[in-house]
Amino acid sequence: MGPAFGRFLLRRLGLSLLTLWLVSVVVFLGAQVLPGDPGRAILGPLADQRAVAALNKELGADRPPVEVYVSWVGDMLKGDMGQSYAYRAPVAPFVGDALVKSLKLVGVIFLIVVPLGVGAGVIAALNAGRPLDRIISVASLSLTVIPEFVSAIALILVFAVILRWLPLSATWPEGAGPLTQLQYLILPALPLVIVLFGYIARMARAGTAEALASDYTRTAVLKGLPWRTVMTRHVLRNALVPTITVIAAQTGYALGGLVVVETLFRYQGIGNLVLSAAKAKDFAMLQAGILTIGAFFIVATLIADCITVMLNPRLRAEMGG
Amino acid sequence: MTRTDTASPALELDDLSVAYHVRGRDLPVLSNVTLTIRRGEAYGLVGESGSGKSTVALALQRVLPANGRISGGHARVAGKDVATLGSAALRQMRARDVAMVFQDPGKALNPSLTVGRQMAEVFEILGAAGKERYRRGEEMLGRVRISDPARVMASFPHQLSGGMQQRVVIAMALAKDPALLILDEPTTGLDATIEAEVLDLVDTLRQEFGAAILFISHNLAAVASLCSRVGVLYAGRLVEEGPARALFADPRHPYTAGLLRCLPRAGFKGGPALDNIPGFPPPPGSITRGCVFAPRCGLAEERCRAEEPPLYAIGSGRGSRCHFHDRVDDLPRMSEPPQVNSPERGPNVEPVLKLEHLSKTYKLPGDRRVQALRDVSLSLAPGETLGLVGESGSGKSTLANLVLGLAEHDAGGRISLDGTAIAPSVHARPREAVKSVQIVFQNPDSALNRAHTVKHLIGRAVERLAGVGGAERDGRVKRLLEAVRLTPRQLPAKPRQLSGGMKQRVAVARAFAADPRVIVCDEPTSALDVSVQSAILNLLTELQAERQVSYILISHDLGVVRHLSDRIAVMYLGRLMEIGPARSVLQGPHHPYTEALLSAAPTVTGERGTRIKLEGQIPSPVNPPTGCVFNTRCPRKFAKICETEEPGFAPDAEGHAIRCHLPREKLGRGRTGPGAPAAAETAASG
Repeated sequence: MGPAFGRFLLRRLGLSLLTLWLVSVVVFLGAQVLPGDPGRAILGPLADQRAVAALNKELGADRPPVEVYVSWVGDMLKGDMGQSYAYRAPVAPFVGDALVKSLKLVGVIFLIVVPLGVGAGVIAALNAGRPLDRIISVASLSLTVIPEFVSAIALILVFAVILRWLPLSATWPEGAGPLTQLQYLILPALPLVIVLFGYIARMARAGTAEALASDYTRTAVLKGLPWRTVMTRHVLRNALVPTITVIAAQTGYALGGLVVVETLFRYQGIGNLVLSAAKAKDFAMLQAGILTIGAFFIVATLIADCITVMLNPRLRAEMGG
Repeated sequence: MTRTDTASPALELDDLSVAYHVRGRDLPVLSNVTLTIRRGEAYGLVGESGSGKSTVALALQRVLPANGRISGGHARVAGKDVATLGSAALRQMRARDVAMVFQDPGKALNPSLTVGRQMAEVFEILGAAGKERYRRGEEMLGRVRISDPARVMASFPHQLSGGMQQRVVIAMALAKDPALLILDEPTTGLDATIEAEVLDLVDTLRQEFGAAILFISHNLAAVASLCSRVGVLYAGRLVEEGPARALFADPRHPYTAGLLRCLPRAGFKGGPALDNIPGFPPPPGSITRGCVFAPRCGLAEERCRAEEPPLYAIGSGRGSRCHFHDRVDDLPRMSEPPQVNSPERGPNVEPVLKLEHLSKTYKLPGDRRVQALRDVSLSLAPGETLGLVGESGSGKSTLANLVLGLAEHDAGGRISLDGTAIAPSVHARPREAVKSVQIVFQNPDSALNRAHTVKHLIGRAVERLAGVGGAERDGRVKRLLEAVRLTPRQLPAKPRQLSGGMKQRVAVARAFAADPRVIVCDEPTSALDVSVQSAILNLLTELQAERQVSYILISHDLGVVRHLSDRIAVMYLGRLMEIGPARSVLQGPHHPYTEALLSAAPTVTGERGTRIKLEGQIPSPVNPPTGCVFNTRCPRKFAKICETEEPGFAPDAEGHAIRCHLPREKLGRGRTGPGAPAAAETAASG
């Protein structure tokens, strides 16, 4: 990687920071400014005006919004996410715990969906036009349109209630080992696996079909290379570049899409955290949670972009690498 | 592993038939093709698109599409019947006996592997050890005359020029020392100078390696210059075969004769008119009785429709699938010769288009600039055709875009239409000026909106440009349709339902929608088959005679340029190097660059004069050479002045200007002209 790649990375980092800043503004506006009077929002319409004023003072919401924003961002930069009103405790440990839990779930989702989706897409492309291709294409498209809450309820009924193969709740017992944790996470992972499967399978199919029909694949076959070598070195290498990019970009999306699943399975991930913070009008927690999701999304996209550049020699060359 | 016996021919097709299974039916794509290519022989297979020539290549390597199969006969490569080989033996055959070079070298190379990795792979299959593979790969690149093999090995395909990529593909193909090398349209899409280089290279390598060559092409001239024997394929049948020179000089099948009459050859504008072959090739399997060519043949009689002709042996190694192979000379003209106009050029005639000091500078990142066009002045008389030639990057398309107003020229230049200056940008031009300057693109597929009908495509142009609607518009559409020889039946058709030639006719009709004065024809026929090309060229000629419209014709095919042009301009690195009457420019004395371009063009007679090789790559326009921009590649560079001073560009009495320091009497002439050798001598001693 040459200096141009460094410049590219710097520029992308700068853009990411800018995006993050915009997210923070939106979050701040949504959580603090739009309700107008946070204290009133928390205590409700019947509360005494003096209590509201006192709470606003405690929250720091009696100051001008710009000042509140600046001090919030300043605290965030120092690693202080603020005090949770609902728990009367610092926000950071809650968010950290929830993030780790959500990342575990996202990890399981991708562990299942990537091999499955890519495999199905490649198999479909290899059988293009035949019944197997039709089945995979139709199935993946139909699965993609099923909302998580529908598939989640069906899955719970079948695997947890009727068959009793998998635990109903996602929360594993205290001190459970990784394998037990995995067992608890499979069922919550499945609804998003179903949604992402179609997307990844279709990308993989399109890329593979294009690479299979290409002149360079024909050239490789006509070199007398064994089929396996043609597939790995020539077909898949080119076919999966766009798929890998999509997968990397989807990790961010998946984290944001966890709210429904985590709530249904009572899993204390970041989605659940944000939802309950919103319900409890715990603004500090809400802001920190959303900002964390945003930051994760931005990092995932940045990584996706870097992977794209590194996998594509043409882009890499333009970067001077 | 024993090598195949060298006694058997490189390729033997014995009554080979191939069928594609489409919608429950077997469609015959190749029918009973029999041909033999001896070891070390170069064999050309010609025919129009859909004739089945590429199917031959795919069938004999057993890489037919999934719905295709060999339905009869045998294909033997180096003595092995490919249909009977098991998968290991088939891989062995592909690894050792046969190699193929595809049309587009950019696509034939894996974009994400280095050239070195892909070269090494060939030797990996042959069992060479790790380092050995790379060493031999590099050596092979040297053998295809790549001067810096180590750098090329480390490069990715996109970092190489088209010509260089094609060399790499050829090196990969020859690396296994195959008995048979298949070249499928290897030079289509390359500049004439690079095409000539590649053909020369293949010819030399054939002698060095002793590989037989199957050269598949629709370019008859390229085939004639490389191959000793030729087979002509029509609708999946080999209709004529024989030694290349004899076959092209004296065709014995009306289809071959027809194709040759479609080729623009030596004549200038107003010379012998092109003929064409009416109708279309039959869809596979549609003709079950008689001769497949009978519906389009000027010699066809009752017997031709009833009885399929066998391949008659007609002596001296020739064969023809025509009952009347001895009467081919009597083949009548199949189309009306078009009217030819003469341009109104003279001191008292206002030119229709006048370009004065046009330049175009593009800004590049990092404060660099590239001058795509520099100080071009020329004029176009009413009814005149100006041919624009030069390699890729010479500025032809930039000039066309400036004239059309699609790009804006730099300040200081001036474009006048009928004596009135017009704005650089098409958006700032009055409608009158916009409708007066139109374009016909190279590829009608991408130029026509697929979602619209022919009626809409032409009608919309009439509406927008002529500003008429309703019945008047419909009347005009009908007249335009007739003018381009389409029928009202085609009005409701969408582009995909039309053949390539018909689509180009629609594009021509659209350009003529509102009485244009100037039409830019950008490679108007290079995507078309020869027989369709001749019909479009005749159409353009006739429309010009009817309407006294002027053409700016951009083409890399010098035959086409010669056939249509009154005047020719030669461009290099954004500059005009030469301009003048077509005859003077082509016959000389002409610019050394023109001389090189002309010497690169192959002719169908198969004779090749000494090719003038241009050394090195086209210099970067960002950093053009000092002095004469051509001096870095000029074979006639004679003194320091070439590097220090840009030559003047003064026209003679005929309006022929040459940007060269050499005096006219020392410049080259047409390739067989008597002046050439003498001039070469003087240049060498100078």
